[in-house]
Amino acid sequence: MSNEAMKSKAQIRAEKLLPGNQDFTSITNDIAGVPEQKKTPIQWWLLFGFALSLLAIFAGSVGFLIWEGTGIWGINNPVFWGWAIINFVWWVGIGHAGTLISAILHLFRQNWRNAINRFAETMTLFAVICALVFPGIHVGRIWVAYWFLPIPNQMGMWPNMRSPLIWDFFAVFTYFTVSLLFWYTGLIPDLATLRDRAKGLKKKVYGFFALGWRGGNRQWQHYELAYLVLAGISTPLVLSVHSVVSSDFATSVIPGWHTTIFPPYFVAGAIYSGFGMVMTLSIIARKVYNLGHIITVEHLDKMAQIMLLTGCMVGYAYSMEFFVAWYSGNQYESFAFVNRALGPYWWGYWAMIFCNVVVPQFFWFEKYRRHIPFLFITSILVNIGMWFERFVIVVITLHRDFMPGAWAMYNPTIWDVSIYLGTFGLFFTGFLLFLRFLPMVSIAEAKLVLPESNPHHGHDHE
Amino acid sequence: MNKYGVLARFDSPQSLVHAAEKVRDEGFINFDCHSPFPIHGMDDAMGLKRSKLGYLIGAMGLTGALFGFGLQSWIHSIEYPMNISGKPFFAYPAYAIITFELMVLFSAFGAVFGMMFFNRIPRFHHPVFYSEKFSDVSSDAFYVSIEVDDPKYDENKVISFLQGLGGTEIEVLKDEN
Repeated sequence: MSNEAMKSKAQIRAEKLLPGNQDFTSITNDIAGVPEQKKTPIQWWLLFGFALSLLAIFAGSVGFLIWEGTGIWGINNPVFWGWAIINFVWWVGIGHAGTLISAILHLFRQNWRNAINRFAETMTLFAVICALVFPGIHVGRIWVAYWFLPIPNQMGMWPNMRSPLIWDFFAVFTYFTVSLLFWYTGLIPDLATLRDRAKGLKKKVYGFFALGWRGGNRQWQHYELAYLVLAGISTPLVLSVHSVVSSDFATSVIPGWHTTIFPPYFVAGAIYSGFGMVMTLSIIARKVYNLGHIITVEHLDKMAQIMLLTGCMVGYAYSMEFFVAWYSGNQYESFAFVNRALGPYWWGYWAMIFCNVVVPQFFWFEKYRRHIPFLFITSILVNIGMWFERFVIVVITLHRDFMPGAWAMYNPTIWDVSIYLGTFGLFFTGFLLFLRFLPMVSIAEAKLVLPESNPHHGHDHE
Repeated sequence: MNKYGVLARFDSPQSLVHAAEKVRDEGFINFDCHSPFPIHGMDDAMGLKRSKLGYLIGAMGLTGALFGFGLQSWIHSIEYPMNISGKPFFAYPAYAIITFELMVLFSAFGAVFGMMFFNRIPRFHHPVFYSEKFSDVSSDAFYVSIEVDDPKYDENKVISFLQGLGGTEIEVLKDEN
């Protein structure tokens, strides 16, 4: 009896996540068919052209920045940290969803992640590349950016390992490397699939990166263990990265930054914005490539639920910050928060509250979690809101600190804006090339959602 | 031109697990079961021991942590003691984060490159690739391969044994090296 019930439950779940009569063959054909398309869809070319023009803006702006120096930005005294750090934190935050989906949901055996993990991991890689651009260029003399690294040099000089900025460098660098390894490990069996279906030069290229994968269980055995361990070590890693990023702020003595709530609050916000970006990208990709039966409304619904959870967590953090500022009795701390909500940059604060706290409340209702145009718009609002959160933290905090004599307003210049827009070019160029040449859903893992992949399916074993 | 072994195709994960159990019970050692995705319970069905990769990863993680902590202590206590705001040179709590990051980084290298080492990949040439049909294994096919090296290998017996288990499209593979 229980066997019957179990089977039907597994089948019901599989039907929701992989609707229609799909089998191993059809999954391979549908997913591998996208990079194998002979004719690239016109939408892809349009998007790619757009991305390339943004990339050209990026190259030009960064080139001018290197030529002229950071004086072209709107940073001033006291706002020494402007858009560069805002964009850095924003992009790193977006990257978090990838590892959360691939590592933490893997450990919790959330099978539904199998349709979106490749997607999210790739997004992580390019988002972290965009993030790493900013610490690289903000040093002004970028030709000495290698001073971050502890390498022996003729000056006998070493980085200060007690500084949170160096922790941050190590954390983000490790995060990028581990994400790349995780992504590539997951890709090996799929590259073998593409190799086996391709001909000529493509077969050689895919074959080279597939490393001669044969799908033997003697290989899967070590592979699965490696994958599990990578998931295990990525879990504390992903939680540590944004905690360390937050310590760039929290270890300072600036009112509004010097708070212990920062690490968990940053991590929750990072996951929130990351899911927003995965949502935006997957809604576009499933539409363009007709993959609605693999990345289903069920998946979008589940992502919206995680956004609701993390949105509420950041909402809690915002209110807790205010409470502690009042409860501390510290006048500088209290002022910093009143200034956020009612100071000259009040619009930034309320844009953040609207996008991050009000908007996700719609996700309590199933109707909105499954309404695709609504999800698309909210997922973009989420990322706008998370950008404003970093604006609030960086600019509003810095522009009025202890002494009114040192207060000033901050205005970005055209170069702040163009470099930020330019990173979208970098991100989308990379992401579109990925969509064109690599399977956007893990072929091997998508099959594991089918009940037929379970050796105990359909007959009594033992 | 040497022979490599025999290849037999099965139609589902269930029949592959079933076949693996029978091949194991028959006493074969040098055999493998190929599938498009990892199959739950296959390690036991084939009688494989637990992967030793975990020990390697553990050793790598420990190396990373020791290296990270050692590097920071050495820099600030011995090589380049620099007084910043009067903070102690050996500020070990501040070393926690980089120690942790390097532990994770080294473990990840251990996991991925250790996996490649244990799997003997990259290996671009392998006799199974000379089979025309075998390439389906990365999509929807399930194969058992039994190698010539196996002490119990006897070609005709192996072929009829695999046929008896329900294997189809049986091929004798040649090692073309």
